[in-house]
Amino acid sequence: MIKKTVPNVESALKGVANGMTFMLGGFGLCGIPENAIAELVKLGISDITCISNNAGVDDFGLGLLLQKHQVKKMISSYVGENDEFERQMLSGELEVELTPQGTLAEKCRAAQAGFPAFYTPAGYGTEVAEGKETREFDGKMHVLEPAFKAEFSFVKAWKGDEVGNLIFKGTARNFNPCMCGAAKITVAEVEELLPAGSLDPNEIHVPGIFVQRIFQGTNYEKRIEQRTVRQKG
Amino acid sequence: MLDKNGIAKRIAKEVKDGYYVNLGIGIPTLVANFVRDDISVEFQSENGVLGMGPFPFEGEEDADVINAGKQTITTLPGASFFDSAMSFGMIRGKHVDLTILGAMEVAENGDIANWKIPGKMVKGMGGAMDLVASAENIIVAMMHTNKAGVSKLLKKCTLPLTGVGCVKKIVTNLAVMEVTTKGFKLLERAPGVSVDTIIKATEGKLLVEGEIPEMEI
Repeated sequence: MIKKTVPNVESALKGVANGMTFMLGGFGLCGIPENAIAELVKLGISDITCISNNAGVDDFGLGLLLQKHQVKKMISSYVGENDEFERQMLSGELEVELTPQGTLAEKCRAAQAGFPAFYTPAGYGTEVAEGKETREFDGKMHVLEPAFKAEFSFVKAWKGDEVGNLIFKGTARNFNPCMCGAAKITVAEVEELLPAGSLDPNEIHVPGIFVQRIFQGTNYEKRIEQRTVRQKG
Repeated sequence: MLDKNGIAKRIAKEVKDGYYVNLGIGIPTLVANFVRDDISVEFQSENGVLGMGPFPFEGEEDADVINAGKQTITTLPGASFFDSAMSFGMIRGKHVDLTILGAMEVAENGDIANWKIPGKMVKGMGGAMDLVASAENIIVAMMHTNKAGVSKLLKKCTLPLTGVGCVKKIVTNLAVMEVTTKGFKLLERAPGVSVDTIIKATEGKLLVEGEIPEMEI
């Protein structure tokens, strides 16, 4: 049994430094590594490149890192809902690389699975494909997209065990599984950390081999971006 | 002339029994409200859910269960969750039968622009480029003209493209059209709208062949 447990977020983030590239799981504010983000803000490291589908909102998620001017570059598919982001982008303080969502996910998965690059039809004929190699397969044009390279992946799971096996809940799964093992070090934070043997091997979403450090997160806020409801009756 | 619900209602008729459907944000989201309830359809949301249900009852919202618009949702019996790579695998691999999305402009060759207006804040393409590049069956829901009356169905898109030659069908407040190699082919008129009005509102090449029936909605 290879244990991956670390006692807290401080030890989980050991080794993060200025100028590094991080992958961060989550879709909107759903399934984001809240504890790791808070610690990155506390550590105050700067010039970081973040690979994350979205950029949080002004006062939560990755928006917290943007407020402190810690982010040099964002690689995302959609970055609305964040005024500070918009200000920094328009003033040129922040570099932004917009990537189609499926391509973003696959660039993570390719890094995880050992593919240096892959062809996708997404973005062909658009500015996303400018300067990229293209090739025809079965009469359809495709764009060559390289795998991501990152120092750390920060992911959030629902349950995990001490060997790093992970189970996600609902749509909080999103980019998290694709980012596990896609960076040199994968740090998983979980709502519930259990001893090995507590999780049914049949139900593991991500095997522990893709995770280097796991810790029990605290104080999850799980903020809802768009609270939509219907009335009873 | 149709309103947004009218457009959604007409598009709902294109949703067939056994379809897996991806709905974009805006008018496409409304389509779910008008799909016949005697057919089996599953809605996919690209953030990782198949079998999306209605919004939750107040007090039953779950922050871990949302749609691509980041709205709280519920799931129906038979639903499943999956990661983003698998979700786009469903889309890219053509397992999703129908994609319905909005557009700022569509060209007569099927090019679509719906993600960026130069000079304005660019929010990103989200999953739109993957969807339009992969889906074989794409229906665009849009207004035929902008508020100033300028056509959004063009010879050539003026805005940065989302995808090339990919739109198959368009439902607007005025008409239903099919994209052919020769241009937009007029299939149906909205209730009370003349062919002449549609011709005037369409900048791209519009093919009008024979009698054009009024939409049944």
